[in-house]
Amino acid sequence: MALAKLKADVTEARLARLAMPDGAGWANAARADALARLQAMGLPSKRDEYWKYTDPTSLNAPDAPEAALFHSDESPLFDAVDRVRIVFVDGVFDADASDDLSAEGVEIERLADAMAADIHWVKDVYGVLEARGQTPVNRPFAAMNTAFASDGVVIRATAKVSKPINLIYLHQDVASDAILHNVVKVEAGAEVTLLETGPAAARFSKQLEVEVADGGTFHHVRAQGRDHERRAVTHCFARIGAGSTFKSFTLTFNGVLTRNDCIIEIVGDEAVAHVAGACVGDGRDFHHDDTVFITHDAVNCESRQVFKKVLRNGATGVFQGKILVKAGAQKTDGYQISQSLLLDDDSQFLAKPELEIYADDVACSHGSTSGAIDEEALFYLRSRGLPEKDAQSLLTLAFVAEALEEIEDEALADDLRDRLEGWLARHT
Amino acid sequence: MLNIKGLQVKLEEEDKQILKGVDLKIEPGSVHAIMGPNGSGKSTLSYVLSGKDGYEVTYGSAQLEGADLLDMEPEERAAAGLFLAFQYPVEIPGVGNMTFLRTAVNAQRKSRGEEELSAGDFLKEVRAKAKSLSIDADMLKRPVNVGFSGGEKKRNEILQMAMLEPKMCILDETDSGLDVDAMKLVAEGVNALRSEGRSFLVITHYQRLLDHIQPDVVHIMADGRIVKTGGPELALEVENNGYADILAEVA
Repeated sequence: MALAKLKADVTEARLARLAMPDGAGWANAARADALARLQAMGLPSKRDEYWKYTDPTSLNAPDAPEAALFHSDESPLFDAVDRVRIVFVDGVFDADASDDLSAEGVEIERLADAMAADIHWVKDVYGVLEARGQTPVNRPFAAMNTAFASDGVVIRATAKVSKPINLIYLHQDVASDAILHNVVKVEAGAEVTLLETGPAAARFSKQLEVEVADGGTFHHVRAQGRDHERRAVTHCFARIGAGSTFKSFTLTFNGVLTRNDCIIEIVGDEAVAHVAGACVGDGRDFHHDDTVFITHDAVNCESRQVFKKVLRNGATGVFQGKILVKAGAQKTDGYQISQSLLLDDDSQFLAKPELEIYADDVACSHGSTSGAIDEEALFYLRSRGLPEKDAQSLLTLAFVAEALEEIEDEALADDLRDRLEGWLARHT
Repeated sequence: MLNIKGLQVKLEEEDKQILKGVDLKIEPGSVHAIMGPNGSGKSTLSYVLSGKDGYEVTYGSAQLEGADLLDMEPEERAAAGLFLAFQYPVEIPGVGNMTFLRTAVNAQRKSRGEEELSAGDFLKEVRAKAKSLSIDADMLKRPVNVGFSGGEKKRNEILQMAMLEPKMCILDETDSGLDVDAMKLVAEGVNALRSEGRSFLVITHYQRLLDHIQPDVVHIMADGRIVKTGGPELALEVENNGYADILAEVA
């Protein structure tokens, strides 16, 4: 079916500003395939089902809308954690600011180097998981990312990696328009923690493809901040094998537009996939969208989706979460909860939970709530001497706590909690 | 300590008068009890004194050591030394009991211009006080009141009182939902806090709590007013004859 003319025009206008990097034959083919996927589906419009609540116009625009830089004297996140720092400034790798790309149990390379090699393991992952994740729901920005990503890293964990790998995204140019693509392969029985921090760029397209082999463990903790006017559209595509663990947590501060898609395919028995997130938004121009799609295609697997949003002064939060249990995926244990704390009458939360189940011996539950601060609890705390503002912050933190508890490493969780407290102190 | 004069209160949402002129004066170090049938306004009095929303004071005043309570925010009243032990302590998921206690103690100290308690000193104090109320380490770690039994919630209220060391303690039906053993434990906790500079207002339906917490003065409240005041013997009269006789007598 031919695309509607308007959609085709928008897509071509955007493509006219993009240049495809050159690499090895297989890499160029992967990029060309992705471009063909994108051209077949076109960039999204508000008429598309999964863009009904989030306006993609500013993501489609040929030029990135400017985003002012937010200056803060906060220390870098996870500063006390021994980690491999890999720094990108406005989407461009900065070797001087980065550590050596090495740690025990892992190989790290720049994407461009991997894509230039005639033979490379990343061939079996790059754009492959993205392409699988295009059904049944189109994800045009992901295809665009695969076709045009200009930087990123590829990471292969072969054992328990000695320290976390921290991708740090700095934003220094008010008009930067960055497209980054990272790939992680966790070999059988290996284990790695990936941290991603920073505001990234004025407009940021980022994709992460993660292949977790049997018995592998992947932990992912991400903090998207702080620059208020920045925009981001991110995708995480994961395919996880038997007995593997995949856990991802994202904390988002500010941003006029954040769209985080997480698409997980569970292909091996007894695997565990957790996706969680919290966001705090202040202001009518704050918009945050979590879109999650977890497919169970194996027996005895567990998945959890836990999302919390704190919204004030007219902020908007969106959650679109799906659990698909394929025929034969018996003994699936699926759980999904999305909740918003609306700190005033102007803010809104739009939630679309979906369950689609073709197996008959599964336990899947889901829930979604929106509510204000509990007045009884607020009075109780104030009657014990807590000033109203402190009481409100404490209750807000408590609300987010359930999502933060999804982070296994307590030091990382504490760091995020501290940052959250700082944000609440500035915004209440 | 506490001086209430002619207090009249209506509900904010509807035109319903709850307190119709309450006069009450509590001296430092004394224990007063307020008894009365359901709907007489006992709990409303405790909420208005502690600053809960939803009530409108239409007349009268309430002073704590000469300071006008009704002009203060709830947290200012707490810092000034007022404490309400809730009839229904609120569950707060996600906030650890210990964190809550420490935040509250330090918030009050800060507003009084005192130094915050160090983590070590705080821990030592809370452990000792928790032990005397049979509150174990697990209860201190769990979220505030979440999953606590009725007795545990009330003991937790008394622990907060012990940690905050208020001057004027109001106990709103602290005996409700307690078995005899739990009531004894709570009463012992309260009695341990009795001192020259600290006053209590014990609100209750029944005389039995007053067997354990001996009041100096007993008031009977009905239809938004204090209708009779006497010594501890008044509580026994209620126990033996119910409220009907007293109410008939003052009608």
